[in-house]
Amino acid sequence: MSKHPMQFVPTADFKERARGALDDDKLRKSFRGAMDFLQAKRRNQFSDEHERESLRDLGSAIRKYALARLPDLLEELESKLTRNGIQVHWAENAEEANAIVLDIMRRNQARRMIKGKSMASEEIELNHYLAEHGMECIESDMGEYIVQLAGEKPSHIVMPAIHKNKADVAKLFEENIPDTPYTEDVDELIQTGRRALRRHFMEADVGLSGVNFAVAETGTLWLIENEGNGRLSTTVPPVHVAIMGMEKVVAKLEHVVPLVSLLTRSATGQAVTTYFNLISSPRRSGELDGPREVHLVLLDNGRSQAYADEQLRSTLQCIRCGACMNHCPVYGRIGGHAYGTTYPGPIGKILSPHLLGLDEAGDLPFASTLCGACSEVCPVRIPIPDLLIRLRNEAKRNPNETVATPLRGQGAKHSAAERVVWQFWSGAFKSPKAWKALRWGATRLRAFTPGAQAGWTQHRTPLKPASRSLHDMLKDRDQPE
Amino acid sequence: MQARNYPPKPKDVYLFGTCLIDLFVPQAGMDAVRLLEREGLTVHFPQDQSCCGQPAYTSGDAEAARKVARAQMKLFAQDWPVIVPSGSCAGMMREHWPKLFADDAAYGPQATALAERVFELSEFLVHVLQPDYSAARAEPVKVALHTSCSARREMGTRVHGLSLLASLPGVEVVEHVRESECCGFGGTFSLRHPDISGAIVRDKVDSIAGTGCQRFITADCGCMLNISTAAQHRSVAVAGTHMASFVCERLTGESA
Amino acid sequence: MSARASMLSKLRACAPATAPDMPDVAGYYAGRPASTQAERVERLRAELTASHADVHVVSHAGWAGAVAQLLHAQGVRRLVRQSGAPGDSLARALPPALQASEFGRPLDEWKAELFEQVDAGFTVADCAIAATGTLVHLCGPHMPRTLSLVPPLHVVLIDAERIYATLFEAADGERWAARMPSNLVMLSGPSKTADIQQTLAYGAHGPARLCVFIACEQGEAA
Repeated sequence: MSKHPMQFVPTADFKERARGALDDDKLRKSFRGAMDFLQAKRRNQFSDEHERESLRDLGSAIRKYALARLPDLLEELESKLTRNGIQVHWAENAEEANAIVLDIMRRNQARRMIKGKSMASEEIELNHYLAEHGMECIESDMGEYIVQLAGEKPSHIVMPAIHKNKADVAKLFEENIPDTPYTEDVDELIQTGRRALRRHFMEADVGLSGVNFAVAETGTLWLIENEGNGRLSTTVPPVHVAIMGMEKVVAKLEHVVPLVSLLTRSATGQAVTTYFNLISSPRRSGELDGPREVHLVLLDNGRSQAYADEQLRSTLQCIRCGACMNHCPVYGRIGGHAYGTTYPGPIGKILSPHLLGLDEAGDLPFASTLCGACSEVCPVRIPIPDLLIRLRNEAKRNPNETVATPLRGQGAKHSAAERVVWQFWSGAFKSPKAWKALRWGATRLRAFTPGAQAGWTQHRTPLKPASRSLHDMLKDRDQPE
Repeated sequence: MQARNYPPKPKDVYLFGTCLIDLFVPQAGMDAVRLLEREGLTVHFPQDQSCCGQPAYTSGDAEAARKVARAQMKLFAQDWPVIVPSGSCAGMMREHWPKLFADDAAYGPQATALAERVFELSEFLVHVLQPDYSAARAEPVKVALHTSCSARREMGTRVHGLSLLASLPGVEVVEHVRESECCGFGGTFSLRHPDISGAIVRDKVDSIAGTGCQRFITADCGCMLNISTAAQHRSVAVAGTHMASFVCERLTGESA
Repeated sequence: MSARASMLSKLRACAPATAPDMPDVAGYYAGRPASTQAERVERLRAELTASHADVHVVSHAGWAGAVAQLLHAQGVRRLVRQSGAPGDSLARALPPALQASEFGRPLDEWKAELFEQVDAGFTVADCAIAATGTLVHLCGPHMPRTLSLVPPLHVVLIDAERIYATLFEAADGERWAARMPSNLVMLSGPSKTADIQQTLAYGAHGPARLCVFIACEQGEAA
């Protein structure tokens, strides 16, 4: 546990990291195996196409409704939570969120934190921040614990250690957990993890968790998990701090019912997870356990930028199931670490530009074939390819252009040279004469087709124009116009 | 993708040949014309056509895409169906042109109206012309089918391709592993991210080769060129044939 | 400006003027065929069994004896039980060698004991959901949160009359929205994880074993 968590890696190195991952046969095998497994499990859960599609319609409508009323619902949530005895904090960015958590720890003379799974805490680099301030932070989700021991970050939002095989874990446990012999028996490995973490649950001063859904109507935090570490983290320590992106609120308790069904079935192909943990208050008078203080940190951290634009707002419909990455041909080849962002895969490509800016997100919006596998499986129907195209437009826009809802880092990929290429291209294709001249040139000069064509010929033979174009051939047979 | 209503069989149709077919696979365009004429249609080919604008659109240059799309729109003035022998280009015209001109009072309604009469070739054959191919060659042949991702999702091209192939005697379609997965082309993606694109197409080639079929049929020239040239690069005996050319070949034993 | 004011004002500045209609969740779940109690019992049993729980369908008169038998067979030496009448009935059915106590004190006073010395926890589920094999616990003064979580064996009693067909019917029928307890827990099997190479393993952090006794008129006497 002495190792520091992996620092934020610049997305500028995306291509290099992707190349490294593509060359790593073991890694690619891990991901291929995991992808095939998760896709099959999801497919089995949604065998009734009509049920699936109507449930997705409902899930999408519920999330759209919540977003349309987001400021009202956040205020209602705050008021209900406060009435229930849960303290609500607002954080505009990562620094504020971290400071809030540190302050809660200090006020409680706390030194040790046990963590349930929380991607929001990954997003704000909470572990690193708390470590710098002398706090001990232990991840308790098995996957998170594994990547923490390895000094890494999660490579998947639902299965953090998806990139590791059991031999990796066996070695990691042998080296880091005292008196642990090497074994690839998964049951034994899990029992080792359980034993190692048990003491931490008992001794922690503060438990931290994420939130899957927050219900405004009742003031309830709905947490979903299989292991029980989330329940332990939110139940045993005297203080519980939950942190969530502010978009995760829904209006009514009943709205969560279809959403949890979509979430567990889309994420891991389970009809239900082992635990649904609905927290509405700290320990009340007469109760024998549960935390004496519960806090909720509401995090913006760039989400309001996506919210400001009607089209990009749909990014915030996400319920973090990870199905988009499980079905993505790019994610499946390069894995989560290559992205360099907290949220990898398709959702990461459309969310990171708001959290980090288009400049920091770099090539991510462009690293997609736009095949649409992601939006096809998205349980709340986020049109991911359309959003990628939109972000590409914003990244290429002139940085000085004034627009209604400007994005941070607008024009990060603006390139005068590329503009010229597309101007030339549109000039050629919008003018019949120019296109005719081009066709003539390409077909007549085909013998001179270059053998090396930027990017293309790394993995393919060169493209060579035909000797006559379709235009020519149809003109010859007097095809009517 | 929404279920659509199909018109009765018309007398005239337009052909939108697409830039890739135009330059790289013109025979596929010729074969498309032949299949339409075989059903008694007059096929009109406006010589001023070029490209649907998809490369610029997906690369994030909407303005360049609009310029090119606008130039095409005026070429299809009659109320005839526009037949496109490429699923992804058909999808561009049907799904994305209306979005591209959503805020344009002049071109918006035109784009929406035109989108309604854009059909991918196999879709039009299956749903509107319903050709009789029972007299085609009958000797058995096994082929794999590859469908462009956007074509499958926007136009339902896989289903149409399967029914068209099923109407041909002797043709057996062999499913390959992860058939629905992308081939890694993605237009300019293949140039911008050659390593990732190369890894994806490598797997696609292997999965088609794994069926024992050396031949795959597709309604999309982008994917076809991607997979075929990637196979050739590694000397793997896998090559693509355009759907229109394959049907013609089965009808007569030779291409037009 | 406070973070709260700043965040809310940013959102208010661009929130849509009108929200779409409230989604009709009740309408979506309406009109499903009604089920009989026998069907719900069977579905609950099947789903829980598929989730790796041991399920026993027992009679109202015989459940305590059945639980006692199981605890004995499992070699349980120390049991902590939920306070109340069913727990008292169970206590009477247990052999004297088996130490059974109520939760009794605030957790803080005996945390290590609960974690290290208690073999099994006994609870009575408030209701259940057949479709997903789910047992619902409303945690409060008489239902400690940790009793269903910390001991490695969790034994649950559920009355067949309290089984709903679906989560929607349970939430609706029990009017949860109007009376949320401090902690409502739904559990659907023993604790598990597939975090190592997608290989399923039980007993990750919560109970490794879950034994469920469904008490109904048709159940077998012990």
